[in-house]
Amino acid sequence: MAEHDHSHDHAHDHDHPRLSELQLRVKSLESLLVEKGLVDPAALDVFIDTYETKVGPRNGAGVVAKAWVDPDFKRWLLRDAGAAIKSFGFEGRQGEHMVALENTDRVHHMVVCTLCSCYPWPVLGLPPVWYKSAPYRARAISDPRGVLADFGTTLADGVEIKVWDSTAELRYLVIPQRPAGTEHLSEEGLAGIVTRNAMIGVETLSYPPKPGVETVA
Amino acid sequence: MNGAHDMGGMHGFGPVSVEPDEPWFHGEWEKKVFGLTLACGGLGQWTIDQGRYARENQPPGRYLQSTYYELWLHGLETLLVEKGLVTADELDTGKASGPSNLSALPADRVFKALQQGSPYTRAIDTPARFAVGDRVRVINAHPKGHTRMPRYVRGHVGTVVMHHGAHVFADASAAGDHSIAHHLYNVAFTAEELWGPDGQGGAVHLDLWDPYLEPA
Repeated sequence: MAEHDHSHDHAHDHDHPRLSELQLRVKSLESLLVEKGLVDPAALDVFIDTYETKVGPRNGAGVVAKAWVDPDFKRWLLRDAGAAIKSFGFEGRQGEHMVALENTDRVHHMVVCTLCSCYPWPVLGLPPVWYKSAPYRARAISDPRGVLADFGTTLADGVEIKVWDSTAELRYLVIPQRPAGTEHLSEEGLAGIVTRNAMIGVETLSYPPKPGVETVA
Repeated sequence: MNGAHDMGGMHGFGPVSVEPDEPWFHGEWEKKVFGLTLACGGLGQWTIDQGRYARENQPPGRYLQSTYYELWLHGLETLLVEKGLVTADELDTGKASGPSNLSALPADRVFKALQQGSPYTRAIDTPARFAVGDRVRVINAHPKGHTRMPRYVRGHVGTVVMHHGAHVFADASAAGDHSIAHHLYNVAFTAEELWGPDGQGGAVHLDLWDPYLEPA
């Protein structure tokens, strides 16, 4: 990965003056907002802790694994994703209106937000830097095969790619294909082989997982 | 607005670079910007679309050089001053000239607020103009304010594949009016329709409100 690309994604150690200026600006803003009574410091901690430790792609992986083992649940998920996902207790902010998209031998779904960073928080947590970055937002819609290649993903010829640009408050969850050789795995075991990237639609799954692939387990 | 945020189809950004074992936040300041933005959003003084507009409404060069949470910080500071929650002077000095008359969202209400979210569907009297299967063209318009009609789709013809009911209209909500809702559709465009001979096959789907569309 090119260093100059990376520095656009987040303020870096080699960027000391800018970073320390930002840190000071944020500290000053935090103390101002607390002093004015606009922010409860304990609430601030709860917001951060929720998305650091409680909500993440493990949620989505549980939904996917259930869809793989329970055809009735899968039908429900594809018909009314919001209700089906809520049955796990996953709901709320940035997941108010959910749609599930099933990948098959013929169709591969991939999700982007070209205008900002819309992402299904209750099932996947906060989006990774690459999802919010210019290269992904610019190219996912016009060069999806090139973007998939950046992730080391190749699809068979003849597979149709459908890219979903999240331009309103609908949030999309991709149900990846269940890999071959997983017949012996329990629902819990299956959830452990799902990756966040597969639920965005930039990876396909294999079993055992390819080296270097970050599963939710 | 035709801003730098509307980057669908742009060239020159290079490959997608993926950080292995990426943490949820890079440094304490990112956590704080995230938490402060959600906490201040909980005061109910602006809509999510006003938040998006405050982040994207910048000179393109500055937008592209900013990191993600720098954009959030810029948006938050802008809205706090614009809505009169803090003064520009307070922001500069970091010292409060007096307490706010608003009350902070207390910690014990955060979980419930997040879980409830904020549904965007509304009941409206106007019947839907389009049905699944209809061919529609995205209008050619260049509003200076916030819009969720990306440049790359304007003037192009697609097929309605879903009707989501009526949703709060982002363009109006970004201008502060949360009461206007329009029918929202998912529209599929073929890659060839959008990119001509450079299309790779397949389709791009967007959620588009009624005012963005005309019959084709």
